[in-house]
Amino acid sequence: MSERQLQMVKGNEAVAEAAVRAGCRHFFGYPITPQNELPEYMSGRMPEVGGTFLQAESEVAAINMVYGAAGAGVRVMTSSSSPGISLKQEGISYIAGAELPCVIVNMVRGGPGLGSIQPAQSDYFQSTKGGGHGDYRMVVLGPATLQEMVDLTYEAFDIADRYRNPVMILGDGVIGQMMEPVRFPDLMDPDTLPTKEWATKGRRDREELNLINSLYLDPDACWAHNQHLARKYAEMQENEVRYEVVHGDAEYFLVAYGTTARIARRSMTDLRERGYDVGLVRPISLWPFPEKAFRDLADRARGYLAVEMSLGQMVEDVRLSVDSSVPVAFYGTAGGVMPHHADITQQMEDLIRGTGDDR
Amino acid sequence: MKAVFTRPRSLTDGATHYCPGCIHGVAHRMVAQILDEMDLADRTIGVSPVGCAVFAYDYFQCDFQQAAHGRAPAVATGIKRAVPDSFVFTYQGDGDLASIGTAEIVHAASRGEKISVVFINNAIYGMTGGQMAPTTLEGQKTTTSPAGRDLADTGNPIRMTEMLATLPGAAYLARGSCHDIKHLRATQKYLKRAFEVQERGEGFSMVEILANCPTNWGMSPVESLQWMEENLVPYYPLGEFRSPEEVE
Repeated sequence: MSERQLQMVKGNEAVAEAAVRAGCRHFFGYPITPQNELPEYMSGRMPEVGGTFLQAESEVAAINMVYGAAGAGVRVMTSSSSPGISLKQEGISYIAGAELPCVIVNMVRGGPGLGSIQPAQSDYFQSTKGGGHGDYRMVVLGPATLQEMVDLTYEAFDIADRYRNPVMILGDGVIGQMMEPVRFPDLMDPDTLPTKEWATKGRRDREELNLINSLYLDPDACWAHNQHLARKYAEMQENEVRYEVVHGDAEYFLVAYGTTARIARRSMTDLRERGYDVGLVRPISLWPFPEKAFRDLADRARGYLAVEMSLGQMVEDVRLSVDSSVPVAFYGTAGGVMPHHADITQQMEDLIRGTGDDR
Repeated sequence: MKAVFTRPRSLTDGATHYCPGCIHGVAHRMVAQILDEMDLADRTIGVSPVGCAVFAYDYFQCDFQQAAHGRAPAVATGIKRAVPDSFVFTYQGDGDLASIGTAEIVHAASRGEKISVVFINNAIYGMTGGQMAPTTLEGQKTTTSPAGRDLADTGNPIRMTEMLATLPGAAYLARGSCHDIKHLRATQKYLKRAFEVQERGEGFSMVEILANCPTNWGMSPVESLQWMEENLVPYYPLGEFRSPEEVE
């Protein structure tokens, strides 16, 4: 069987296999719905490729195992869902502070608190604005299809290594649980990856000692470290922006990412069939947010409708990316309820009629 | 001329930041001597805690990772799993290990994680200024138990080594003390056995070391050693609690 053959797989398993293909041989996790198939898959797959699967005693321990393994120079991943990702925030802050590459998967579920186990996008703020303490950023990627999730996960390890920074795959309960045909990239041999000279593997023949650390007690030194991080984050903003624009010549645009973008696309098609000039902006990198997509549309766009499975989080970034004279409406459902395409269509019609009359 | 006393190769040159009379420097030296004796430093990764020993990475001649408060055993797990032929030790205080890090130490021991833990128990939070620890003795005055620790209100001091001795994965467990030369020598023997257990891949090993804190105990260094002997040692019995011969 060719490795590049189309395979019907479940989202959680697709991310896991994509990570293995990318040379990830260490996985530390903890059970939480709706991402359990991911660690379950890893528990069987890692031994096949000579890797390590370890079910930690908590999400807190799992992310700190990731810290240790990433600091020792291997490609490493953890996964969880919203409440568990909250528990990982301390570790993510340390990982960002100590500049360690790793990939974190969040299959978002309804919140706050224990919330629900159904899909949501209400962790957008936590993911993109820094859920842990301190000034840090991580690349956050929001796939809309399983193939895109496979490709982004594979690439996420390269991004993480390139910047020595955590990268998050932000999915949700739907994309984790659904099945779609995907083509996996070839299996990478981790021994062929460039050596991480900074990693702590024991000094061996190295001249200098290596240290993984985020403590800079002298405020000037800590400021210098923050400035260094800021330059790195600026590079990410320059190089890691990803988005899709559908019908870029339209006047009105739906804005949605991930699973919601699939529903919004259906609304766009319905609206166009009824004669409305509607397109879709689909952010793929949620941080860095694709402000450029909106700048490029500035001359023509007469209104946006941001749609999310939240009470309105990404919409704030949309508003920051467009001229204040252009209306940005919001429609969202939260707690595990998904928006219906007919409701999105209605909201867009209302927006177009409202603004249309004014002009 | 024959050198009869030198600084261990596994220690860096220079002074530590520890208070006058503090035992940390002695404990560092003991660990470094074993690293020398077993020729481990070049494949060692140490993990420093949050607490007075947070800067341990400045004092050992080996690779180091600095861990979040209490998480050193989880970080050490990640390192050891990534580099199985390395030697990995954590160096943690009682606030770090016996309070915020109880889950991590219990499960690292339970898994039989092939790491060694140096657990410095001085019955108080040092770096934050002398607050009550889970290991603080009954009646002991701290900045958060100013009238003395009241067991009815705060529970009893935790004997971590005895607690971990219930776990089959803990291959070697011992408690030593630093209050006099005789016990320092015994402690050093425990450390060597603990490190050998990791090297032989026999499982988790930990040496608890009773230590002082003259600054936060409000004593002179000499008084603090006497207080250890009269108060800490009776509550925290010394000796080996588990060794590989007992492990199935």
